[in-house]
Amino acid sequence: MKTSNTKYEFIITPIIKAMGFSAILFVVLIFYFLISEGIVTLKEVPLKNLFSTRWYPIEDYYGILPLLGGSLIVTLGAMLVAVPVGVCTAIYISEISPGRTREILKPLVEMLGGFPSVVLGFLGILILSPYLRILMNLSTGLTALAGSLLLAGIALPTIVSISEDALDAVPRSYRDASLALGATDWQTIWYVTLPAARSGVLTAIMLGIGRAVGETIAVMMVTGNAPVLPTGLRYLFMPVRTMTATIAAEMGEVAEGSTHYHVLFFIGIVLFLISLIINVTASALAIRSRKRAERILS
Amino acid sequence: MNKSNSSTRLAYQKIGYGFLTVMAFLTVIPIVLVLLYILKQGLPAISWEFLTGFPSDGMKAGGILPAIVGTIYLTIGTAIFAVPLGIGAAIYLSEYAGDNKLTRAIRISIINLAGIPSVVYGLFGLGLFVIFMKFGTSILAGSLTLGIMTIPVIISTAEEALRSVPQSFRIVSISLGATRWQTIRRIVLPQAVSGILTGVILGLERAAGETAPILFTAAAFFLPRLPTSPFDATMALPYHLFVISTQVPGMPIEIQYGTALVLIFFVLTMNIFATVIRSRARARRQW
Amino acid sequence: MNNKIIVDHLFLNYSDGTESLKDINLFIPEHAITVLFGPAGGGKSSLLRVINRLNELADVVFLSGKVLLDGENILDPKIDINQLRRRIGMVFARPVVLPMSIRSNLTYGLEIAGVKEKSLFDEAIERSLKQAALWEEVKDRLDDPAVALSGGQQQRLCLARSLALQPEVILLDEPTSGLDPISTGKVESSLQELKLLYTIILVPHSIQQAARVADYAAFFLQGELVEYAPGKDIFTKPQDKRAEDYIEGRFG
Repeated sequence: MKTSNTKYEFIITPIIKAMGFSAILFVVLIFYFLISEGIVTLKEVPLKNLFSTRWYPIEDYYGILPLLGGSLIVTLGAMLVAVPVGVCTAIYISEISPGRTREILKPLVEMLGGFPSVVLGFLGILILSPYLRILMNLSTGLTALAGSLLLAGIALPTIVSISEDALDAVPRSYRDASLALGATDWQTIWYVTLPAARSGVLTAIMLGIGRAVGETIAVMMVTGNAPVLPTGLRYLFMPVRTMTATIAAEMGEVAEGSTHYHVLFFIGIVLFLISLIINVTASALAIRSRKRAERILS
Repeated sequence: MNKSNSSTRLAYQKIGYGFLTVMAFLTVIPIVLVLLYILKQGLPAISWEFLTGFPSDGMKAGGILPAIVGTIYLTIGTAIFAVPLGIGAAIYLSEYAGDNKLTRAIRISIINLAGIPSVVYGLFGLGLFVIFMKFGTSILAGSLTLGIMTIPVIISTAEEALRSVPQSFRIVSISLGATRWQTIRRIVLPQAVSGILTGVILGLERAAGETAPILFTAAAFFLPRLPTSPFDATMALPYHLFVISTQVPGMPIEIQYGTALVLIFFVLTMNIFATVIRSRARARRQW
Repeated sequence: MNNKIIVDHLFLNYSDGTESLKDINLFIPEHAITVLFGPAGGGKSSLLRVINRLNELADVVFLSGKVLLDGENILDPKIDINQLRRRIGMVFARPVVLPMSIRSNLTYGLEIAGVKEKSLFDEAIERSLKQAALWEEVKDRLDDPAVALSGGQQQRLCLARSLALQPEVILLDEPTSGLDPISTGKVESSLQELKLLYTIILVPHSIQQAARVADYAAFFLQGELVEYAPGKDIFTKPQDKRAEDYIEGRFG
């Protein structure tokens, strides 16, 4: 009997290995490009300017704090809505809903996850903002609040599905033990199941935050794009500007190589680092919880 | 425990359950309402001319064919770059990689890539593909950018699909004299195909709906002709919707809804396709 | 009688410290059933997996010694390992049928060896199924998925799958542990016929099975080969006290 295919395999194996390492290559490449165009900002723009509260590039004011603040307040507002609603929905789907309802709910949530954010932004302009303006008697509906509500819708599917996975992964034996001690289903959920799924739910929330911070188009369309530093919660009802929207809105109008261009890349670096921190923390949490679960169950 | 205590607890439970149920439907009902509303508002605009014609009168009339075609081209382009690389990397992680620092570095990179904001991908695409590699604003630059953005999604789902194939199959195959690659090609991959396909479709669906990455790398406001080469810029559905709802004064509402409807239809069809593949594969599984 | 396999001063350690082997010296005669028995963790499965070098799929930290197949050291890195695995068939404790038809399960090994002739396939299918005493039961439904078979049938299919490659040695690791007594009996009687053509090494799942089928038997305890004798001798008059205690059921 002949042996087979070893020549072919000789070529395939290194190709597969190279493909595996490509992920590292891409991250490095992205970081490199952001740095190469963005780090110049630190030389071109004095730090006092860069971290001031005035963003007005036409007159050389490059204060990014209002943009950071804008991203912060919109994300905060989104999480205030998305976390309770999302976690409760996850609990409902995982612990309470009957099989048939679950079969409808899960695909629906997944469908929301696939929604292009531009469509949400579009509905935000046409429906949500006017509604908010009338409801709350504001001068304009294009506010941080509108952005928060849309972001909540965008972050929800992430929070729901990952939390639901975490709740599902809690061993049956935990629930059975609790019920055997006389607890109601409700008490079991809050005192046993949810705490056991704690790290998974935290991971879900962090990934939801990451998704919200990174969203561009929807917020650009409804937050009004006024780079004003939000110093209190009342700014929810006023226009703000996020970092992402700034890049998207102004990139088309800058001259390549200009200071403004470099600053936009600098903002890109900031966004990159923020998402890096959030995602690595979230996955470290996930790994730690898995290791703990393995120790407990072994 | 006396009886009154347990009936109080049951009362709490009923209230609590009710609250959770409300929350869950708060999540889901808006989705359904939104879909129905867009359908109602957008359907009147849908016609053969709308789907196959070019925009006219400064976008305020006519059709959206170039946007539809552009999105299709970009999706195909994304697939060309992301699918082989993504599946290859997944095969590496699932079948070849050991548990060492290098593998961990790869995994952290993938997590990172998955979390990078889409507009940052746009910046990167602008810097590398449009400017440095001189592709200009083109389908090529846009596809490469969307491709890199889609790779982490494909790797995660493909790796999961590969890992779900029982290890015992691999052991049996090796014991019959197969090499690692023969085992992958003849047993592991065929069994993982539907899971991989589901992941690919979901990844491409996301790419098709994204606006920020193509803003500076591929999108054009208006083109009188369909793109003929990968170096051409193109219109695209998400960008078109953005433009007509924010940059064109006096834009007829139903064309806006019509465009939104077409985009949603495109994305949802892929979603349903992926779901169907996944449930059919689950039913036909032989292990 | 010739020795098909000679194990010479074999030492083996895994990274997690389990199932190691300490200085194993053993002769496996051809055309006979040699049984490796003993309590769990003794190293019997490890030794099986060294013979077809399946141990390399796990984390081996130390390996020394020789295993000679027809005089050739199969632990030599220059050996064609895929060819080796075709010469040595293996049946595992749980029946693992590949997710394909019965026919494809049987021809899989031939296909990856590069055989393309359909006539060779048909011949191999019929021969191996007859040798595994499964031909009559499945000859009319060769294209059915293999998972549709019962547990006992699946295990005999796994045996036939190895036989299709016409190996020289067959390794069986507790092959009947999940099977009912009738299927077990069918497998054991097939082995009696198969030993005329092949060399068989079996790890039994009970002492009784060992006593039923062994021509030669080796008792393993915590990685050491404690006693080795013809089957009819060791189960009736074990020489080593530890073997005697195990056989009498005083531990295990």
